[in-house]
Amino acid sequence: MAGVAVSTTINGDTVEFLCQADETLLDVLRDRLGLTGAKEGCGTGDCGACSVILDDRLVCSCLVLGAETEGRRVETIEGMAHGDRLHPLQQKFLEHAALQCGICTPGFLIAAKDLLAKNPDPTEEEIRFGLAGNLCRCTGYDKIVRAVQDAAIVMKGA
Amino acid sequence: MNFDPRFSGRKFTSVGTRPIRPDGIDKVTGRARYGADFNMAGQLVGRILRSPHAHARIVKIDTSKAEKLAGVKAVITAADLPDLTDGDAAMYDVLDNCMARTKALYDGHAVAAVAAVDARTARQALKLIEVEYELLPHVTDVDEAAKHTAPLINDTIFTEGLEEKPVKPSNVTKRSQFGHGDVHQGFGHADFIVERSFKTEQTHQGYIEPHACVANFSSDGTADLWVCTQGHFVYRQHCAQLLGMEASKLRVTSSEIGGGFGGKTHVWAEPVALALSRKAGRPVKLVMTRDEVFRASGPTSATSIDVKIGARKDGTITAAEATLRYSCGPYAGSWAEIGAMTAFACYKLDNVKTVGYEVLVNRPKTAAYRAPSAPMAAFAVESAVDELAKKIGMDPVDFRIRNAAQEGTRSSYGPVYGPIGIGPTLEAVKSHPHMKAPLGKNQGRGMACGFWFNFGGQTCTDLNIGMDGSVSLAVGTVDVGGSRASLSLVAAEELGIDYAQVKAIVADTSSLGYNDMTDGSRGTFSSSMATISAARNAIKILRERAAQMWDIAVDDVVWEKGHAIAKGEKHGNLGKLSLKEIAVESGKTGGPIAGHSELVADGAGVSFATHICDIEVDPETGATRVLRYTVVQDAGKAVHPTYVEGQYQGGAAQGIGWALNEEYIYGKDGRLQNPGFLDYRIPVCSDLPMIDTQILEIPNPNHPYGVRGVGETSIVPPLAAIANAVSNAAGVRMTHIPMSPPRILAAIEAVREWSK
Ligand code: FES
Ligand code: FES
Repeated sequence: MAGVAVSTTINGDTVEFLCQADETLLDVLRDRLGLTGAKEGCGTGDCGACSVILDDRLVCSCLVLGAETEGRRVETIEGMAHGDRLHPLQQKFLEHAALQCGICTPGFLIAAKDLLAKNPDPTEEEIRFGLAGNLCRCTGYDKIVRAVQDAAIVMKGA
Repeated sequence: MNFDPRFSGRKFTSVGTRPIRPDGIDKVTGRARYGADFNMAGQLVGRILRSPHAHARIVKIDTSKAEKLAGVKAVITAADLPDLTDGDAAMYDVLDNCMARTKALYDGHAVAAVAAVDARTARQALKLIEVEYELLPHVTDVDEAAKHTAPLINDTIFTEGLEEKPVKPSNVTKRSQFGHGDVHQGFGHADFIVERSFKTEQTHQGYIEPHACVANFSSDGTADLWVCTQGHFVYRQHCAQLLGMEASKLRVTSSEIGGGFGGKTHVWAEPVALALSRKAGRPVKLVMTRDEVFRASGPTSATSIDVKIGARKDGTITAAEATLRYSCGPYAGSWAEIGAMTAFACYKLDNVKTVGYEVLVNRPKTAAYRAPSAPMAAFAVESAVDELAKKIGMDPVDFRIRNAAQEGTRSSYGPVYGPIGIGPTLEAVKSHPHMKAPLGKNQGRGMACGFWFNFGGQTCTDLNIGMDGSVSLAVGTVDVGGSRASLSLVAAEELGIDYAQVKAIVADTSSLGYNDMTDGSRGTFSSSMATISAARNAIKILRERAAQMWDIAVDDVVWEKGHAIAKGEKHGNLGKLSLKEIAVESGKTGGPIAGHSELVADGAGVSFATHICDIEVDPETGATRVLRYTVVQDAGKAVHPTYVEGQYQGGAAQGIGWALNEEYIYGKDGRLQNPGFLDYRIPVCSDLPMIDTQILEIPNPNHPYGVRGVGETSIVPPLAAIANAVSNAAGVRMTHIPMSPPRILAAIEAVREWSK
């Protein structure tokens, strides 16, 4: 089967790749581009571990085709820190121990970043509903919510 | 290693603090490598063909078409994994579960596997494998399967543990019994008796990371396995045995692990990946889909439990009895036995008897799930205890305090307890502000207790001191939730240095001696014990080197706060030498400085917790909402309190999901109907409130710092705590878990009907 040639922007860099027409963005990121920060927890849009931002919209990369990203902008966990300067959400996740196994963490960070971009001052309930598309089996969400609350305060001050 | 009382009076400097974990940055930047994040040059994609039938004889498998497909490099069936288990029945079951030999025993059972150049080719190849099945009658319900009339899953099974060997085979593999005293007499002294039957449905551990591995079999007979596991040493033993290798020829590296909760203590696809790699002569990556994870890995037992408890008017329990039936999947297990041991472990009882029955069903092989078997037993017992307290007219907390086990109590499963935390957790709950908070309409509060044994096991640890004075700690217990941070704290504490000076890693199976897996809440308990011992061995060498540097007797050198100090007036002006100063000179004083430790970490202190929960029930729909949740648990000594809290919260959340939502649903055809996160719904962020925690510290006498395992007990009380809360909110006693809206509504309507 002939590949599809795609030119897109990932974390600010122009990236070109060949993929099959039915290949998901998640597979492209992980298997073709070596960006394994987005995880596959289900492959069916139910867990959020594969979350990325596509043109300012939070998406499950397992539900997007690689070929659909032609000419668009993709943001993944690998682009969240600036050099060795962590994003406030990353820093707060560490400080609050908002991760145990950490497999859900990239997805939560991306989803939380999107949430705070749209609502810089969310209530606890807004955070809980805003992150309801991401599954975490380890933490019970308590420390994740607190980390997001704390990061929101830092980011408003910044 | 005994608890060192000097430490109870001592002020810890590192232990008990909350630093950032050493593996944290990699995990928030996406750099950490989990099971599926590793690749090798020339790697193939492995995939497994699974039975769509619950019970079927495999008549014939024709792989010829698949083999001919371009890009397919290997196809295997059970014939490629010959039986090398040599009479080891448990390992034979593991082998048969990895690849069905004569019968498919559940929907999802592996029957063949392929390795191909890419995922698409592998998927196509699976479709070309022709399997001829002869369908057999199946049974998936635990009570149905226990009946004499049920279809037999394995006709070589005759119930063990009966006085006489039965004449006919059955699905009940074993009977076990625990207890003491005379329950018959005890019930005779009771003024009140509660007797009820309960059921719980099967749940899955629900780790977000599917099973994943990369196997690389070399033509010289050695192999490497990269895998997400809770126990790479155990995986090595099992895989080596099944593949006919010497264990030392198989090197297993544990990846970062994306959750396990017991589900990654068993091999599933790893022997298959190794067999594929052996046949193809290339590395093979095998990652399960979520559908496969649900259908063919994990789940816990479904149960059916009868409980009877009697008490006098003054609130003293006179007798307690339970019969517990646990499903094991299609292979023998000891799940009911564990349930029978834990059922009444919280209480001081003169007359107690529990009987467990292990039941085969056509469902996936039951695997451990966090304090395996205890939550279901606690659900039944703690529900009955609550009901009994009500009957007597006593506060449920006071009733439990009156009957709580204490130091010196003979437990219902045999041993006599040392210092334990059940009483203190109950007292803490009694005075907790949560118990006094007001409740609104349709809201109820429940509480319940839980117990777990904890485990110690074989442990091996290396502590190496670099010439720059930094310390690398190599442990063999997989870090499932922050133990590298805890163990670094322990090393820092013992050596008297900064946490930042220590770096802990999980070593592979060729770099360290055998370690049992991270189960039984043993990771931090056992490896901290081994770390302390390794550090003490290193300190001995550090003192020797300091003595050499000063040219004095080693007995005159003591170790204090990270420094060698010369003791005695004659050495008055020698000052002190830091760990770093000694390390820098080590090349000249005898070479590298290290401490090793190999031990069996005996004496994992038992663990108790008490939970409080507020629930709101919508009487029109049966829907529930968890309003407030509090966990009180004994940690012995919390090494890194934030991660201890995390264990408490995570266990409670899993228990909440189990209590209210999660269940395996099988159709009449014996097929699993909800093998995905959409229909098997685990709690999401908006389902839960904050989960408050209170850590109690009742030192474990068998650990130098008093540490107890903390990982599992938190999943034990929630089922009952929530059932008791629902009972108080809606006036119905729920006896079937999960308490989904239709079940609660049916119970409410039954009461309405009855009171008309
Ligand atoms: S992997 Fe995409 S939502 Fe689960
Ligand atoms: S930290 Fe393990 S799934 Fe969230």
